[in-house]
Amino acid sequence: METVLSATFLVGLIAATLRVATPLLYATVGELFTERAGILNLGIEGIMFLGAFIGFAVAAQAAAAGVGAYLWVGLAAAMGAGLLMGLLMGLFSVTLGVNQHVAGLGITLLSISLSLLGFRLVFGQQDVLPSIDPFNQLSPFANVPMLGPIFNQYLLTYIAFLVLVPLSWWLLFRTSFGLQVRAVGENPEAVDAAGLSVYGIRYFVLGLGGMLMAVGGAFLSLAQLGAFTPGIIAGRGWVCIALVIFARWHPIRATWGALLFGGVYALQLRLQTLGFDLPFELFLALPYLVTILALALAGRHVTYPGAYLKPYRRE
Amino acid sequence: MRVQIERLPAPVWLRSLIPFISIFLTFLLTVGLVLAADANPLAATYYFLLDPLSSRVRLIEVLVKATPLLLTGTAVAFAFAGGYWNIGAEGQLYMGATAATAVGLQMHGQPAWIAVPLVIVAGFAAGLLWAVVPALMKVRLKIDEVVTTLLLNYVAIYFVSALLNGPWRDPISQWPQSPDIAPSAIFPKLIPRSRLHLGFLVALGVVFILWFVLTRTTFGVKMRAVGLNSAAARFSGIGVERTTFIVALVSGGIAGLAGASEVAGIHYHLIDAISPGYGYTGIIIATLGALNAVGVALAAIFIGLIDTGAQTVSRALGVPAYLGDVIQATLLLVTLAVLLLQRYRVTIRRRQPT
Amino acid sequence: MNQAPPVVAMRDITKRFGDVVANKAVDFTLREREIHALLGENGAGKTTLMRILYGLYQEDAGQIWVRGEPVAIRSPRDAIALGIGMVTQHFALVPPMTVTENVILGTTDGLRLNLKAAHQKVAAAAERFGLSINPRALVEDLSVGEQQRVEILKALYRHAEVLILDEPTAVLVPQEVEQLFDSLRRLQEQGLSVVFITHKLHEVMAITNRVTVLRDGRVAGTVITRETDQAELARMMVGRATFNIPERENGHQVAERALVLEEVTALNNDGQPALKRVSLTVRAGEVLGLAGVSGNGQAELAEVLSGTRAVHRGRVLVHGRDVTNANPDAIMAAGVGRIPEDGRANVVSEMTVAQNIALEHLGDFTRRGQLDRRQMRAYAQKLIDEYQIKARPDDAIRTLSGGNLQKVILARVLARHPRVLVVSQPSRGLDVGATSYVRRRLLEQTDQGAGVLLISEDLDEVLALSDRIAVIYEGEIMGVLKPAEATVEQLGLLMAGVQA
Repeated sequence: METVLSATFLVGLIAATLRVATPLLYATVGELFTERAGILNLGIEGIMFLGAFIGFAVAAQAAAAGVGAYLWVGLAAAMGAGLLMGLLMGLFSVTLGVNQHVAGLGITLLSISLSLLGFRLVFGQQDVLPSIDPFNQLSPFANVPMLGPIFNQYLLTYIAFLVLVPLSWWLLFRTSFGLQVRAVGENPEAVDAAGLSVYGIRYFVLGLGGMLMAVGGAFLSLAQLGAFTPGIIAGRGWVCIALVIFARWHPIRATWGALLFGGVYALQLRLQTLGFDLPFELFLALPYLVTILALALAGRHVTYPGAYLKPYRRE
Repeated sequence: MRVQIERLPAPVWLRSLIPFISIFLTFLLTVGLVLAADANPLAATYYFLLDPLSSRVRLIEVLVKATPLLLTGTAVAFAFAGGYWNIGAEGQLYMGATAATAVGLQMHGQPAWIAVPLVIVAGFAAGLLWAVVPALMKVRLKIDEVVTTLLLNYVAIYFVSALLNGPWRDPISQWPQSPDIAPSAIFPKLIPRSRLHLGFLVALGVVFILWFVLTRTTFGVKMRAVGLNSAAARFSGIGVERTTFIVALVSGGIAGLAGASEVAGIHYHLIDAISPGYGYTGIIIATLGALNAVGVALAAIFIGLIDTGAQTVSRALGVPAYLGDVIQATLLLVTLAVLLLQRYRVTIRRRQPT
Repeated sequence: MNQAPPVVAMRDITKRFGDVVANKAVDFTLREREIHALLGENGAGKTTLMRILYGLYQEDAGQIWVRGEPVAIRSPRDAIALGIGMVTQHFALVPPMTVTENVILGTTDGLRLNLKAAHQKVAAAAERFGLSINPRALVEDLSVGEQQRVEILKALYRHAEVLILDEPTAVLVPQEVEQLFDSLRRLQEQGLSVVFITHKLHEVMAITNRVTVLRDGRVAGTVITRETDQAELARMMVGRATFNIPERENGHQVAERALVLEEVTALNNDGQPALKRVSLTVRAGEVLGLAGVSGNGQAELAEVLSGTRAVHRGRVLVHGRDVTNANPDAIMAAGVGRIPEDGRANVVSEMTVAQNIALEHLGDFTRRGQLDRRQMRAYAQKLIDEYQIKARPDDAIRTLSGGNLQKVILARVLARHPRVLVVSQPSRGLDVGATSYVRRRLLEQTDQGAGVLLISEDLDEVLALSDRIAVIYEGEIMGVLKPAEATVEQLGLLMAGVQA
């Protein structure tokens, strides 16, 4: 029990929590925007997966070609792929107006199978998992005790917490763009009657959301692992869907949700190593169970956006 | 020029063409990938669609592949028809497989007429029980079942993994797989020297029950009313929560049967990869089959065909078998779009000069 | 009399929806500073024509001029740029947002939103146009009349010179109608031209300068208001003699209590009280009309009596039997028939006519769990014949017209001989023929001894059908009157919450 309460343990736990929460935060904010516009994008799991794959594959190729900023090239490619998948979701949910549940799952299945196929085509069947040198961690307080190890994080993590969250809050609640997004998710008819394009706003937000989801996936392959494996996302996308509900569509609250999941995840990793006499898979399942529990406690009586799941048609 | 989508029923001849239009469009959309894999698209098409039908042995293999798909497809179709978005068939399948294994392991010395039914019941019961929590959260707390069923899939898979790396680890090989179930618990073969087993008949039976319930029973009308318009169903005196709860549990049970069938019919023990995503493929099949029994049966067999074909394509042309998954996902999305033809008439028209 | 080109001219406008022709070669001219009524029955094509002018629909044929210039209006954006604004029947507002946010939506340039400055601008505009409204209020907290003002302000804020109002008085109490008319007259003096869509003749006479009458998608004529009268307009509008509701003799008075509500309190979806100690009695053989402006608890009351909303406090009795918080099944078993406000929302549109008819009592068509489909169809066919419904038992119910759908719902309920009828807005959206059919059928029920609770926002309907009239305001019963004793002004005051 002493080890659990020691300072090093806590510091390590906090640092890991921030790291685990980072990809969730990107993807959750991405999903939050699309749901604010009234669209549930269940493509999230697949788009994260595709982002992880495209980011890694392009970075690996760029590195092999001697490009210095190969990681950033990979990240940009991942965002491009996320954008395309977001727009594809738009084709189904906005233009065609089909069932968003099934369309989103279709996008996920397509993205995952395309990634696996692409991985096999690009890298072939190798005994050793291909890998690249990942992003470096930045340590602004390297010599300060406690703060040093906690703030030994990737640039993308700093961006997530210090830029992405405040910026999305500002965008949603303090700009005309945010006003339009919220209005389109509550009552698209009002947006249409105001001479704005309901489809345009929804496509834009889906594209934006797709990019953020892809960044979340690419973070795992380009920063945390430096590799791509089929189990890389492992349901994180679905966790993000739950976090959006938990956050009641608010970016600040989404941060708390991501930290909660990140904390449980980091804790179970550490508990595994402490030698409890329990199978480690049960620890792995813990974050999902905690997410379900959090939904059960916080997911009651939430008010969904007025036009949630409803395609817009002029009748 | 503008595209107009009007809410008008399509002519009947067009509706019957929908599956073929979908398959053709899917072919066009995926042909680029086949080329990217340095393979001849016509050869690939042959291996995907025709080679599996070219001999009795291969045809039987398609039905073997279709068996779990018939079950998960029915499970999902049943849930979707009742307005319950059960995306948890994968996890329910894993739990069904686990329970079937647990019972099968205890059946040494028992005759088959006891062992086999018990294995089937165990699979159904475990899938059903795994569906209870999300169903309760849905009807009691109004919490979206999509997220909860999805998350529970991972919990189920980790649970199986924990069993296989722990108490059930094969003592001899040390592989993460359970010991074999009792011989009497193994599903009998339908055709000697083939892999086609009792599970296929069970699956056909379940598909028949789906058809019967949806079209011939009062419960079928009630659950469809709940699925199509729960407010109207409630107004008409139908117990919406009760109906949803029953639908959710039965759907979970059917998915659990798929797990039992794979264990007792194919592997004879539990493995980590007992399902390569049959639960998710069930969603494709339910959609392709337009949530009705005949459609689900045909779609499951067609996907079984593609699955078999993907293996052959992989061996013959060196195209990764993942291509089969890409084709299935594309087919799902294309079908979603093409199904609109059922309800809308799309007209492309030029505007009059002004 | 006017040298300047008309503000709006529409020529030969034709619009089809599938096989239905909504507008057929319609000509319409709006002059500067006039209030022009677009008069017609439901389904005559008034709204379609104006939705074309506002860019919500595209005409199939025809041409539009604005101030003499030929224009192509592809979307509301084009219409707004041409100075055209529209207040639709269902308000295009975002309820959880403030008045300001609703007004400025789509009018801001640049990314940053200065809400403080926006509040001031909106407040200034409201003052200039004489529309009193608090810019910081949430729209969902406003009364319907205030929401309508927000809609008008939205249009004017976008520099509308032409304002289209689609049935603006349908949601207002008589006093609010007067306020609206005053505003319109003032705005007219400031240079606004108004298209006033309505089917109410007295409103046409009260406020408009000219009238264009539409019938079955065609123009039946355009006349100057002060050169015509209600009788002529009615003839143009209907094209045939109007159906008359048979005069009712108010004979059955001492009958027993069919439906009793004792101090019923119920909550709305947000957990706020929607009904506050409502006590009402409907006697066998009478029609009790419940008048009130939309959103004052009528919907919740209908739901309580349908078994789909919980009673928080109080009791509901049907012929002495307590059905408080009973489920819909038990309420129907007690003899209550329910005709809901929105028929489309309360049928399963993808199911057949026969299935929808059977849906409320599936048990009667069940043999050992199996559905007797032949009996179900035969039953549907019987009702179809009896109620002259234009449909077959196996048609998907979504293919039915509004009138036929209402007949199906009526048949489904009346065929089971209810002893109490709870009817909401029975003739909303129906044409004259269907309206009089539905009303006659309802009155027949009282002759057979049923007690009818008629919930309607159409005061004319309540006055025409009721033996007694109760008025509801913010979930409270303001009073119960006899139609003979009640004046429209008196009812209007009660509907506005002013105790007489």
